[in-house]
This record gives sequence, structure tokens and C-alpha cells, in this order.
Amino acid sequence: MQQAPVQSSLIKQTPSAIYRLWGDRIFLSVVLLLALSIVALTLGLGYYLYLGGSQAINKEGFWGFLTGTTWDPALKLEFGIWPYVLGTLITSFAALLVSFPIALAAAIFTAEYAPRWLAGFINYLVDLMAAVPSVVYGIWGIFVLAPFLREVIYMPTFLWAAEKAPGLVPFLGNPAGYGMFTGVVILSSMIIPFTAALSRDAIALVPAAQREGAYALGATRWEVMQTVILPYARGGIFAGAMLALGRALGETMAVAMVIGNSNVLPYTLFGPASTMPAVIALELKEAVEDLHYSAIIGVGFYLFLIAFIVNVAASYLLNKLKVGSQRA
Amino acid sequence: MMREFKPMASSEMTLDPSLKTRIETRHVTVIYGQKAGVKDVTMPIYANKVTALIGPSGCGKTTFLRSLNRMHDLTPSARVTGEVLLDGINVYAAGVDPVEVRRKIGMVFQKPNPFPTLSIYGNVVAGLRLVGIRKKSLLDEAAERALRQAALWDEVKDRLHAPSMSLSGGQQQRLCIARALAVEPEVLLMDEPTSALDPISTQSIEDLLTELKNHVTIVIVTHNMQQAGRVSDFTGYFLNGEMVEFGPTSLLFTTPKDKRTEAYITGRFG
Repeated sequence: MQQAPVQSSLIKQTPSAIYRLWGDRIFLSVVLLLALSIVALTLGLGYYLYLGGSQAINKEGFWGFLTGTTWDPALKLEFGIWPYVLGTLITSFAALLVSFPIALAAAIFTAEYAPRWLAGFINYLVDLMAAVPSVVYGIWGIFVLAPFLREVIYMPTFLWAAEKAPGLVPFLGNPAGYGMFTGVVILSSMIIPFTAALSRDAIALVPAAQREGAYALGATRWEVMQTVILPYARGGIFAGAMLALGRALGETMAVAMVIGNSNVLPYTLFGPASTMPAVIALELKEAVEDLHYSAIIGVGFYLFLIAFIVNVAASYLLNKLKVGSQRA
Repeated sequence: MMREFKPMASSEMTLDPSLKTRIETRHVTVIYGQKAGVKDVTMPIYANKVTALIGPSGCGKTTFLRSLNRMHDLTPSARVTGEVLLDGINVYAAGVDPVEVRRKIGMVFQKPNPFPTLSIYGNVVAGLRLVGIRKKSLLDEAAERALRQAALWDEVKDRLHAPSMSLSGGQQQRLCIARALAVEPEVLLMDEPTSALDPISTQSIEDLLTELKNHVTIVIVTHNMQQAGRVSDFTGYFLNGEMVEFGPTSLLFTTPKDKRTEAYITGRFG
């Protein structure tokens, strides 16, 4: 009976004693504060975007603002962002579709087939592609890519269609060079490095035991790639694709410079279009009306929502695809 | 560049004429970069017998094993000289496809390496699918046969399509054995197949070997002398990349001819 109080005081002291040390306490507080700041930043960003856009969103309604097709900041002050949403989604997913095979091929080639010097050189270029500022891609798009595509693809296709298949002309659109297709091409080249770099790392991380297991079964190099390496690396490859998609959804300058910036639906293959980041960048500095200003911030809010949904879906799929998660 | 090797003439080998030779190696040398990992190994591997390769860590036994099915082809810095005759044909001869060689000489590795994205069934039939067999009845039949041979059938027959990683370590290793057996190889190379397993799983795999040698010729690398004594019919003792002694396991363990073999098996080093 006499020992009881001594023991209980010992038990009470031992765990908390660790936190009596000032260094530990300060460190814990700092780490906690910084970690919480990320939560606060994300929630705060979403909240203030909503707050800023609420004037326009409330006027049109949550769905009305999203699905409306008229964006008229000058006369009627009517705001519907559907053309921008559509432009963003189409260009981003199309760019992902175009860039993915190229990026994956680059990753497979550098990780498995290329001699070391060539792999190093290609990887260096891939990393460099990611480091080039987007406005530089935009300049290149305006002065090189768009005129090139107009001469080599748009005009010949358009002239051919006008003569041989007039039914196609409405789908092709204005072959001026600045439009959806050019936007997709430039976006594709910008997001290649993200998929390529992550896929390359994922392929390199496939354990040697896995490759040898397949080789020992009498698999050829390509069969090893197909049956073992790519399935094993699929999580990392998917993560790379999602990172690329995220970049494409948010890419602003390069796209704004070449896409023609027209929100008139329906969009055509070659004709001008617009995206959510582009309209924000281009109209923010010209907005006079409060409602217009609010609508632009509202575009930002919906873009935030799209990015959020894409990320949640991606991390859900990633968990299903990751090879590590299947281990007990 | 190469060091002078102690020649070991074929006549020194205790070639037993009453036994069928499945593989015969002649002066096999494996060089990694500048260093010779295996030096001039000449030995027979008898059909439907278990041949154990023993020796201390780094003695070249695994390197030698991997030369038998041309696994060194995958390492650019490795170079193999000499001959490995499988049923009389040198697997290193020009025009021999390493893929063909590996289909005839299967391999089981130190750590179980099932393909994690495939089911139990998918793992077993992976090799058959590689050779283009698509017919379900054939695959089912082969899968059951291989799993029975690997003594895993009873444990997994109700969950063939469960993920392979849901199996225990010992089961995974038997799955890898089943995967190797499914393509009906002539020879099965096993690189310390039980070193990552617990004693019970180890025993189940050792029991398996005695059964398996009726179907396939087995070469097993082990650093566990007791294991070699239990499972093998012939043993080769490796030291510093050379094969010091080769002979029937019972003789090699009781009356070794070489002082170095004796030192190793009596536990004076290694």
C-alpha cells in the first residue's frame, strides 16, 4: 500500500518527461505548425477563391455558372464558364493521350535499352524540357510551331477536305494555326518530361529478382518488359501520368499564347478555343466590373475543384495500382 | 590479365559411366570486369540426380550456377568462356538462343520472387503463356500438375486466383518452383532456395526435391552443408572460384580427397 503512490508518480512522469526537454518541445511545435500550415493553406485557398467568386457564382447558381455557355463581361454581364472548362479538359486529356506513349517509350528506352551515355543524354534533355519556362514554349509556339503546323498540316487538310469531303470542314475549323490542335501539341511536349521521368524511375526500381525470374522462364527482353516490368512499375507510371495531367490542367501561358482564345462553342479541331487558366490570365488585368472580377475568381475556384477531384481520383487509383499495397 | 589456373583434367573427374549425363561443363570460367569469379570448372551433372554446389560465401558457386542457363548474358560486364553442354550441345555456341536455353534449364532464386501483379494461377502459367499457349484446358492442366509437383496444390486449389503475394514465404517459394516446373524444363537450377525460409518451409522444400528428381535434373547451391548432405546425390565443393572436389555426396562427406574439402566439411572454416 505504501508503494502505490511512488509507482503512480513514476508512471505519470515517465512519458511526459520526454517532452519536458525544451529542445524537443520547440522542435515538435515548429514541425506541427509547418505541417498544419499546409492544411490551412489548401483550405484557405479554396475558401477564399469561393468567397471571391461567390458574387458571380451566386448570381448564376453553382451549376449555372459551370454549365453556362455565354461569357459576356461587357454588355449583359452574363457569366458561364463551360467553354473554358471544356477547353481545359479537352486540351489536357488530349495532351496526356498524345504525350503518354512518347514519354513511356522514352522511359523504357532509357531505362532498359539505351547504352548508358545515350540514356544519360536523353534523360538530361528530358529534365531540361521540364525546366524550360512555359512562356518560352509559348514564344516557340507562336513563331515556329503554329506557322509550321499551319503550312504542313492545317492548310493541306483543310484544302483537301474542302474539295473531297466538305462534310468534314465544320469539324476542322479555321486553319489559321492558333487553336485547339496547336495547344494540344505544345501542351503535350511540355508534359512529356513529367511522365517520362517518373516512369523511368519506376522502371529502374523494379527489382532485379523480378526481371531474372522472367528471364529464367525463357522470356525475351520484350516479354520481360511486358509481363513483369511494366506491370510492376504501373503505379509509378500512373503517378507520372497524373502529375503530367495536373500540369496540363493548370498550364497557362504557353497555351494562352497559341490557342486563339475564343470561347465560341462548338470547338473545332484546328479552330481557336480557350482554357480556364488562359481566361484568368488574360482578363484579370482588364476587369472593371466587380461581377466580372468575381467571375474570374470563380473560374479559379472551379479550376481548383477540378484539380482537387483529379487528385483524389488519382490517389485512389494509385493505391489500387501500386504493387507494394498488395503485400499483406 | 588472367591468372594462371590450376588445370583440372576431365580424367580427374569421377565420371560414372552407369549414369546419364545431362549437363557437362568444360573449363567454364566466368569473368566479372577484371576478376574471375569462376575458374576453369569441369564437371558432370547427372540426369535425375540432385547435385549440390557447396562452399563458403563468395566462392563462385552461384556465379557458376548462373552460367549454366546463360543468366550472365544479362550482365554486360560478365564474360563466360568454356563450354556448357546440355545433352551434348554447347549452350554458348553461336546460333543457340539463350531464351531456348532458359526454357530447358529453369531457375529458382534465393528469395521467392513471384510476380506480384499476377495471381497464383497467373504465376504458374506465366511461362506457358510466354510460349504462346492460350488454351485454357491446357493451362489448367499444366497449372495443376506443376502445383502438385511443388506440393502446393492442396493449399491453394481453392484460391488459385488470389494474389500471389497473399501466400506465405515458403508457399511463395514453392509457387516459384511450380512456375519453373510448369514449362517442363530438363534441368532445375536452385540458388539457395531455402535461405530466406523458416525451418518448416525449408523441410517441405527439401522433401520436395527427392520427389522432383524423378521428373527433372536438379542443381542446388547451398551454403548449408547439412542440407547438401540431406538432399543431394552428388556434391561439388567450391573455393575461391575453383571446384576443389566433386563426387558422390556420401563419399565426399565421409572421405574427402582434398585437404581443403576436409577442412570445410569438418567445420574448420566457412
